[in-house]
Amino acid sequence: MSRSDPHSPPVIVLENLVKFFGRFAALRGISASFAPGRLYVVLGDNGAGKSTLLRVVAGLMEPSQGSCTLLGAKKVREVAHRVGYMGHAPLLYDELSGMENLRYFAGLYGIHDDEVSRTAMRMVGLDPDLARRVGQYSQGMRQRLSLARAILHGPELLLLDEPFSNVDAHSARDMAAVLGRVRDQNKTIFVVTHQAALMEGVADEFVHMAAGLIVSRDEVSRAADAATSEARPAR
Amino acid sequence: MSTLTLTRATLLKDLRMEWRSKDAINSMLFFALLVVVIFSFAFNPTAEESRHIAGGLIWVAFLFAAVVALNQTWARELRNQVLDAYRVSPAPPNALFLAKAIGNFLFVVVLECLMTPLFVVFYELRSVGPVWQLIVVALLGTWALVVNGTFFAALSIRTRSREIMLPLILFPISIPALLGMVDATTSILTGEASPVFWIKLLAVYDIVFTAICLMLFETVLNAE
Repeated sequence: MSRSDPHSPPVIVLENLVKFFGRFAALRGISASFAPGRLYVVLGDNGAGKSTLLRVVAGLMEPSQGSCTLLGAKKVREVAHRVGYMGHAPLLYDELSGMENLRYFAGLYGIHDDEVSRTAMRMVGLDPDLARRVGQYSQGMRQRLSLARAILHGPELLLLDEPFSNVDAHSARDMAAVLGRVRDQNKTIFVVTHQAALMEGVADEFVHMAAGLIVSRDEVSRAADAATSEARPAR
Repeated sequence: MSTLTLTRATLLKDLRMEWRSKDAINSMLFFALLVVVIFSFAFNPTAEESRHIAGGLIWVAFLFAAVVALNQTWARELRNQVLDAYRVSPAPPNALFLAKAIGNFLFVVVLECLMTPLFVVFYELRSVGPVWQLIVVALLGTWALVVNGTFFAALSIRTRSREIMLPLILFPISIPALLGMVDATTSILTGEASPVFWIKLLAVYDIVFTAICLMLFETVLNAE
């Protein structure tokens, strides 16, 4: 499934990554590296540190200790144009239409060709000519547009935090298929999700987190485990 | 990808959003209108008295009304956490700051244009000094308010009671500018003194604080 060259330098190198919120350690010394061209699915209970890890990697949070090397750079800002990020929230303006949103965000990456935004919208199954404002979109449409925003500049590394939350099963399957196609273009994708089953067909590796640590990495789906752990109360 | 291009794109986006929602301009207008009407009933001054107190009244009204708009500035960016999309992009942070400051400047200037005729009518104002100097004071004074206001509004976005925090931080630091605006306006309206010193003070204040805000904005934007 993966198109990665085993000798390629890693896309992400984490060294003893620690993140404190006050006295609470959300990340407790994570060291790991991730190869390019693979789709990683990050699983774990609520409070395991998945979203915090993604935010630190995206450069939205500074780690309390340790370092994160992204695409060979120590500072995320140096490689920001090569990274796409989709947050838990849609990161879209409700008062603008889908195309107006994408046109603005494309401008932030120096892209001024409308066709790029239109292609990104079509790729996630949305009509670029839809004049409706995002505030009137359904949750599924917002998530699709948010994905389009994250991929529109063709990033080499895509970081997605709960992309399927509040999305119906059909839309979620479509989005998973889009991610598979993006990965096939030799892009590296990180997906934080509770819905492991959705990613079984496209994922290259499942990364399991618990209590601020990566506890295991394997290519075997643990959908059943994830479903069980989700039923347990949050830590 | 120049700062100027991105400033323009962000400014146009903000103006479009304000045109559609009219959140900032409506609340500012309503607030300023209330101040004008209530003060005119409370004081009921003669034309001569008006010239002496109007400088203070006008700028206090605009300052409080501006705070309403400044609080809205970053609210749009916090909704749906859109600010994160900007932060992960390679776009220069100062383009965002300049666009927000210029947007606020335009909103407050529109407010001033709409409210000035009302001040003239309610307080029977006639300027003894040259009117063009009033325009210079208005532009420099408005920039002084919005540049600091935009910066401190960004500083307080992650605090729980940001509507209260903004005036608490902004008003003390705006005192030199407010003093300049009020004294310059009174000097021009009464014709009793030259406003040149105050105009120079406002110009220096604008330059210094614009430079400081631009230097520090990236740190404020990325503070978690």
